[in-house]
Amino acid sequence: MKRYLAIALALAAALPTAAFAHKAWLLPSQTVVAGDAPWITVDAAVSNDLFYFNHVPLRLDNVAVVAPDGSKVETRNGATGKYRSVFDVQLQQEGTYRIGVTNHYVVARWEQDGERKRWRGTAETFSEVPKDAKGLEVSESVSRVQTFVTKGTPSDTVLKPDGVGLELVPVTHPNDLYAGEEATFRLQVDGKPAAGLEIEVVRGGTRYRNAQDEIKATTDANGEFRVTWPEAGMYWLETSTSDDKVSMPQAKQRRLGYVATLEVLPQ
Amino acid sequence: MRVQLTIALSGLLAMPAYAAQFEVDVQIPQMRVAEYHRPYVAVWIEGAGNKAVADLAVWYQDKDTKEGHGTKWLPDLRQWWRRSGRTLDLPVDGVTGPTRPAGEHALDFSSSDPRLKKLAPGNYTLVVEAVREVGGRELLKIPFTWPATAPQSGKAQGETELGTVALTITP
Repeated sequence: MKRYLAIALALAAALPTAAFAHKAWLLPSQTVVAGDAPWITVDAAVSNDLFYFNHVPLRLDNVAVVAPDGSKVETRNGATGKYRSVFDVQLQQEGTYRIGVTNHYVVARWEQDGERKRWRGTAETFSEVPKDAKGLEVSESVSRVQTFVTKGTPSDTVLKPDGVGLELVPVTHPNDLYAGEEATFRLQVDGKPAAGLEIEVVRGGTRYRNAQDEIKATTDANGEFRVTWPEAGMYWLETSTSDDKVSMPQAKQRRLGYVATLEVLPQ
Repeated sequence: MRVQLTIALSGLLAMPAYAAQFEVDVQIPQMRVAEYHRPYVAVWIEGAGNKAVADLAVWYQDKDTKEGHGTKWLPDLRQWWRRSGRTLDLPVDGVTGPTRPAGEHALDFSSSDPRLKKLAPGNYTLVVEAVREVGGRELLKIPFTWPATAPQSGKAQGETELGTVALTITP
């Protein structure tokens, strides 16, 4: 009985959605900004409720901020507390910035002395996994957590996809979203439109209502989906999928995740 | 000689009489609040599809501050910011100016003003948006037709951040 349970749990953990059982997010202090060289501050956390810090912080190791001209911007005053991380970004250029965390992991599971072992690292550190591991299962995971901030006129440079893993390609600019209007986005896997992906969109402030009030959408043949924003607020957008396009021979499965925090302004 | 000069002068003086007058009256209401700051106000013209076609006036805090000329708060004029402000290089000559106190403010434009002159014949909307620090925001619209062949006037009554806003066009 115990063994069945263990297998069931292992199977559940292998499902792509399980990797995102908690919601990871970046929360910028504002997304539409003006001024000479204004600052914004960003919270980063993983939680069940949006957008409250009540589970674990999002690690800042892989945070990258890309400026409108495509250059990298250093974050400042980064700190990780019990429930959240925080960092500041100065916006020197006119246009749209992309703030994101991209994690590319390798996860290995095996049995050793009757115990299930789990290891997470990268392709470079994979040698830590014992060569003679019994029942070894290896999977890769590429996940992105992003948000967008614009100073002055919205620009498109940072919206161009890298072509690796699951990415959102906005058709409607992510800093031009307004209550009551429809926005269109495209999802791509390795640069190609991803059809049939299920997307969940949840407005923040879940603590003060009884339902998630999630908006569901599915990508069409062009990888596109549309959302009509019911009201203003910060929204969390999530989707995930998996395939077998692995980069290392030991791995069988690749899990892909994407999360964006989008601000919808009132009319 | 003297007669000729008079004729020449009267010819010059007569010219503006043919130009239409476009007058916007904006009332900023008096507030009884603990903390009062003058509102940021934007006055602009929208064409079809809410496209901003002319900025008439934008009043904001243009004094030097650590955060840079008060421009930091301009996106709070959120419709104006979306339709026009975010694409502008501020300040704009003849458009932007300092905030104004409570009271009536008359803005007069002539049809020879380049901003009105370039408008293609059609239907337009005058939009006035006001937002106040630690206060609220209000937006009023008055439709009109340009160029005016007959006198036109329109009025919109604000309830919170704006008083009466009036448009009078005299062809």
